[in-house]
Amino acid sequence: MTLRRNKTGLLALAFVLGLLMSNLPDAFAADPIGLVKSSSGEVNVERAGQKIAADVGTKLFQSDVVITGSDGAVGMTFIDNSRLSLNPNSNLALESFRFNTTTHDGEFISSLRKGALAAVSGKIAKATPEAMKVRTPSAVLGVRGTKFLVSVAGQ
Amino acid sequence: MMNRTGIFAVALGLMLSGCAGGDLFVVLPHEDGSTGSVVVHQNGRDTVLDKPLSAVKAGDANAFTIASSDVDQRFGKAISSLPPAARSYMLYFKLNSVKLEPESVPVMADMYKDVAGRAAAEIMVIGHTDKVGKITDNDQLALRRAQTIAAYLVEKGTPRDKVIAAGRGEREPLVPTADEVTEPLNRRVEISVR
Repeated sequence: MTLRRNKTGLLALAFVLGLLMSNLPDAFAADPIGLVKSSSGEVNVERAGQKIAADVGTKLFQSDVVITGSDGAVGMTFIDNSRLSLNPNSNLALESFRFNTTTHDGEFISSLRKGALAAVSGKIAKATPEAMKVRTPSAVLGVRGTKFLVSVAGQ
Repeated sequence: MMNRTGIFAVALGLMLSGCAGGDLFVVLPHEDGSTGSVVVHQNGRDTVLDKPLSAVKAGDANAFTIASSDVDQRFGKAISSLPPAARSYMLYFKLNSVKLEPESVPVMADMYKDVAGRAAAEIMVIGHTDKVGKITDNDQLALRRAQTIAAYLVEKGTPRDKVIAAGRGEREPLVPTADEVTEPLNRRVEISVR
C-alpha cells in the first residue's frame, strides 16, 4: 500500500517536473490568448486599470476583464480554439490562461461575475478534462469538453 | 384557501426562477449533435451535466431539464454571438518542398474562401509527423514543417500577424501506427481556420 502510494507520488512529481521543463511552446503572459470576433453595442476590456473599447479584432490577454453594456454582446475565440460569448450586462474576468501548442497541456480559468455566457470548450479541455473552469459567486464549473451556458444571479 | 396558497406558491416560484434567480448552468449539444459534459462543484457537492439541456441551479445539486425557450430567453444574445467553430484543411506537399500536391490546390482555394468569410480570421498552421524518430526530434520537425508553410502563406499575401505556426509532433497521427512505423499520411500540415 505504502509502496503504491509512493509510486503514485513519484509519478505525479515527475509529471509536474516534466510540465515545468517542457514549457517552450507555452503562451507567455505577454502573448495574446484570444481575439474578439464579434462585437455589438457597448463592449469594453479592462486591462491594467484602463478601459479599452473591444471592437472586432481586439486582442485579449490573461487578466483582462470583458464587460458588456446594456446593449452590448461579444464573441471571442481563444488560441486553443475554445469560444466564449457574453450577453448584455455581463462581466467576465479571464483570470488564468496557459496553453502548450505542442502537448495541448494548459489551463483556462475565467470568472463570471455578472450576466451570462455561452461557451464551447477547445483543445485544453479535450487534453485535460476540467482544466477549463468557469467560476461564479456560488460554484465552479469544470468542463469535460462541450458547449455550455452559465448565468449569474443579476440585480 | 389551500388552493389559493398553492397557486401563490407556484407563482412565486416561477417569479424566482424566471427572473433573476440564482446562478444557472446548462449543457447544450455540439453542432455535430454530440454532447460532452460539465461538472458543477458547489458546497462540496458535484453535479454532472451530460445530456442536452441538462441544467443545475445554485443551491440545488439536482439536475433538471431546462426548456429551450428558457435558454433562448436567458442566453439568446450570447448564443447568437458565439463565433463559428474552427475548421481544418489538410494540405499535402511534395516531399521536402512547399510545392502543393495537385489535389491540394482546390483545398487551398477553399481555405482562403473560408478565411475571407470570417471576421478577424486567423490561420493556424499545425505540423504533424509520423512515429519514426524521437518525440523531441519530431516536435522540432513538425514545427519546422509548419513554419515553412506559414512563411509560404505570408509570401502568398496573408498578413503575417494572422498566421500562427505550431508543431504537434507525432501526437496526433491521422493513421494510428506503432512506434517507428513510417506513414506518409501522418507527415502532413493541417491548416486550422478560426
